[in-house]
Amino acid sequence: MLLLLASGSMYAQNSPEMRRSGITYTSPGTQALQADDSQNPGMLWVRDGAQRWTIPSGDARKSCADCHGAIATMRGVAARYPAASPSSGSAASAAGRVITLSQQINRCRVEQQRAPAWPPEHADLLALESAIAFESRGLPMAPPAQPALSAAQTRGEALYRQRIGQVDLSCHDCHDRLAGKKLGGNTIPQGHVTGYPIYRLEWQAVGSLQRRMRGCMTAVRAEPYAWNAPELVDLEAWLAKRAAGMRIESPGVRP
Amino acid sequence: MAHPPPRLRRPSRFGAAAVAGRLALCAAAGASTVAATPGDGIAEPLTTTAASAERGRALVANRQQSLCVLCHQVPLPEVRFQGDISTNLAGAGARWSAAQMRLRLVNPRALNPDSIMPAYFTTAPRSRVGVAWRDKPILDAQQIEDVIAWLQTLR
Repeated sequence: MLLLLASGSMYAQNSPEMRRSGITYTSPGTQALQADDSQNPGMLWVRDGAQRWTIPSGDARKSCADCHGAIATMRGVAARYPAASPSSGSAASAAGRVITLSQQINRCRVEQQRAPAWPPEHADLLALESAIAFESRGLPMAPPAQPALSAAQTRGEALYRQRIGQVDLSCHDCHDRLAGKKLGGNTIPQGHVTGYPIYRLEWQAVGSLQRRMRGCMTAVRAEPYAWNAPELVDLEAWLAKRAAGMRIESPGVRP
Repeated sequence: MAHPPPRLRRPSRFGAAAVAGRLALCAAAGASTVAATPGDGIAEPLTTTAASAERGRALVANRQQSLCVLCHQVPLPEVRFQGDISTNLAGAGARWSAAQMRLRLVNPRALNPDSIMPAYFTTAPRSRVGVAWRDKPILDAQQIEDVIAWLQTLR
């Protein structure tokens, strides 16, 4: 038993005391960019989203604020997602299904504002998600205890450990076993999802966790899962659990 | 073109339980299949065409194609952003024979299933391989031989 435990802990970068935010692997310049709200480019998306919060939209001519009140009421919300969606009384919505924060924003948009859903990575969607995530900055990631979410986390961890692509690597291979090492010119981080949506210097824009994951999949020459595919939602659910207790730093800045 | 099963430099260090069965090697996309029992090397070259160290050097320097320098340091000062995940390949020719290199390129996970390095010349089993890469090895037979030829010059 002791032997089993010892071999199981070989790559135990997941143990809470060894976890490090990706920002700690970046250059001092990138760290300074994230730390200063007047310099952090992600703050442009946060401010844009905070404005959109109060603008009436859709056939219902309702703003987010009309239902929710000030955006400050969103404190703690981003820390809980992905989560099982609450029942809305609408036959079209799948209550109990695990959804991401951006899917929940779109759900509000369709069901409450009666507007067409934004496509993945739409600037307005990223802005609202950034503004909502910003309200949780400094709070610990706190996925709720829900049976549906627990099942998603379990599926997500299996996907995290599955080797994929022509290069035949799993998320686990790099982010648990090789964090801190240089892959080409880039330092591999532990992959804790505390800064999303992130401003990525390579993108020159804010992007979602799904964009980041799909980029990794393409890099190992795998077929990326489609936007909002159940597998990507499951991976997001697992990654939120993996980072549970770590402080949210949105908007993160990364190379 | 079909290759005869490569002869081993010396008998396998691994029991049948350690590495089950024989390695199926995809010689080229959809083309022939050769088989080898994994030992410490694959003695026979994968092609009958003479290998070129010059082409091998260019391949190693091309990160998008060969991926080598993403993980390995190589003695090519003009190649920037070399990774430090695995072995520094300076002096590789003095440390491994061509046969040993061939096995380590063809399928390093035959020696160490936990190896980060993917099999460069086997295509199965893989999951979710992108359309552009499906059923293709990372390097073809001649490219493997060319890379070995260059690595052998590093003494």
